[in-house]
Amino acid sequence: MAWFRKPKKPLTSDDRRDVPSDVFEKCEGCGEILYREKLSRNLHVCPECGHHFIVPADVYVRILTDEGSFEEMDPGLRSADPLDFTDLKPYRDRVRAAEKKTSRGDALLSGRATLEGVPIALAVMDFAFIGGSMGSVVGEKIARAGRVALSEERPFLIVSASGGARMMEGIYSLMQMAKTSAVLAELHEAGIPFFSILTHPTTGGVTASFAMLGDVNIAEPRALIGFAGPRVIEETIKQELPDGFQRSEFLLEHGMVDRVADRRELRELVVRLLRHMWAPTTPEPAER
Amino acid sequence: MASMPHLEFERDMVEVQEQIEKLLDVAERKGIDVSGELSELRRKLESLRASTYRNLEPMQQVQVARHPRRPYTLDYLDRIFEDFIELHGDRSFRDDAAVVGGWASVNGDSVMVIGHQKGRDMKENLHRNFGMPHPEGYRKALRLMRMAEKFGRPVITFIDTPGAYPGIGAEKRGQAEAIAMNLREMARLRIPLISVVIGEGGSGGALALGVTDRILMLEHAVYSVISPEGCAAILWRSAEHRGKAADALKLTSSDLLRLGVADDVIEEPAGGAHSDWDATAASLRQAILRHLGELRSMDSETRRRARWAKYGQMGAWSDND
Ligand SMILES: [Zn+2]
Repeated sequence: MAWFRKPKKPLTSDDRRDVPSDVFEKCEGCGEILYREKLSRNLHVCPECGHHFIVPADVYVRILTDEGSFEEMDPGLRSADPLDFTDLKPYRDRVRAAEKKTSRGDALLSGRATLEGVPIALAVMDFAFIGGSMGSVVGEKIARAGRVALSEERPFLIVSASGGARMMEGIYSLMQMAKTSAVLAELHEAGIPFFSILTHPTTGGVTASFAMLGDVNIAEPRALIGFAGPRVIEETIKQELPDGFQRSEFLLEHGMVDRVADRRELRELVVRLLRHMWAPTTPEPAER
Repeated sequence: MASMPHLEFERDMVEVQEQIEKLLDVAERKGIDVSGELSELRRKLESLRASTYRNLEPMQQVQVARHPRRPYTLDYLDRIFEDFIELHGDRSFRDDAAVVGGWASVNGDSVMVIGHQKGRDMKENLHRNFGMPHPEGYRKALRLMRMAEKFGRPVITFIDTPGAYPGIGAEKRGQAEAIAMNLREMARLRIPLISVVIGEGGSGGALALGVTDRILMLEHAVYSVISPEGCAAILWRSAEHRGKAADALKLTSSDLLRLGVADDVIEEPAGGAHSDWDATAASLRQAILRHLGELRSMDSETRRRARWAKYGQMGAWSDND
């Protein structure tokens, strides 16, 4: 649940420079001032240092589907605030504010699409919506998309970005881990490929459920991926964490992800993997 | 009882208990009849117990669930099952003492029993890591569940953990993957699965033993996505607000029953499970046998599909389409 923590950015002389934020954006990686339109064309990856910006869900729709093929599913699902939860402010208000900010009903966009002509089911998390936290709506939408993948025999892709479980939905948020994993169990038995794409950051209950269950797990470079948040670990063990701990490359080294892939090469990688893992259903011509 | 660890709200009861002991001591030394006063004090203690434990605040429930004298997995194993043979290790890295498991029999039937194990004192807790598993613990549990599947025996799990251990080694060895794999593989098993939350059901570390056909809870057990302290630290900016967080999280057994997560709540003795281990174990045994009987009467595919449906309906959402 690291989503409440703002990354500490070292102050540089660049901070004093006046950057019109509608046209330019400063790279969090190298401090370079980047032209927004160019950055978008580069899939929000810094052309100077390769830093991967956190992006809204529709960017992955653009990357992982054929143009115009995406049909959204279940856009109307909304959290029912099952616990009537209020901390310093009501959960209802947090949801409403997030909805306004992201123009999305919850932290996940899902739908049917094709990828190089292959029908797929795709679900993409949106970190901007309450830290991409998983509550009932995220869980239900993943379960529904998974069942579509199952009944229509579509490979299933989930792009994760999450601070973990949405604690304002209490035990229900925990149970979404079981719910999503149970659907993946069915998909697994049916022999339908599931790709998990982990982006910065993916932590907590999302990592400890569907995000780690890919037939192939693909991580974007330098993404923070783990179960416990780094601050919680530091507080527990009372020592500083090693450099690069819980980053994609660390997970690759320790055998937890199959590949670390640059966002600009993600589509091609998935397409190539699909060719190995998902034979086209058109029957081969009979041999004479 | 004077030296026994107790909770703040148990102080009145401890005082009466001490009076009883003093009285008994006097009676023994001086050979006088104190039965009148004694039964008066015992009545007082019983009514104190009953009224205190009937009206616990959620945070007090959490404290009871964490009570240092509360029975743990191995204590129930001794009282509910016979012929327990502990099996060790994940066959990959090591044996995690925060999770115990093995064959046992109940009512003449073989079952696989797996549970989190807390320690009773500091030395034992260092060995058991306070009941907080590393990835090896979940992997051992899964290995044992698969063995049960191979031999067609039911699995009974006891959940009692503050949560997964937030440490470097646990992350390095993939605790997220280990938990996730348990969730997926438990969903697939064809054997009957029952979990019992006996104390603390702490987040992912608890759920990793908890994808089961039936979820039972002891009356004063709690089950939550995050500890009240952790929740308060994040949402209220201070762990001191843990009482508010405990209220808001709806983590008591009656909450979970109402939310449709727990299937059954097992009543504890008037003073909580720690006041009478044998009585608690006896009620729990009955409940386990009853649910086991029901699950055994289903065929395996129906049972598995019912499990998927159970988790499939969990949550609360509205559809504005
Ligand atoms: Zn850069």
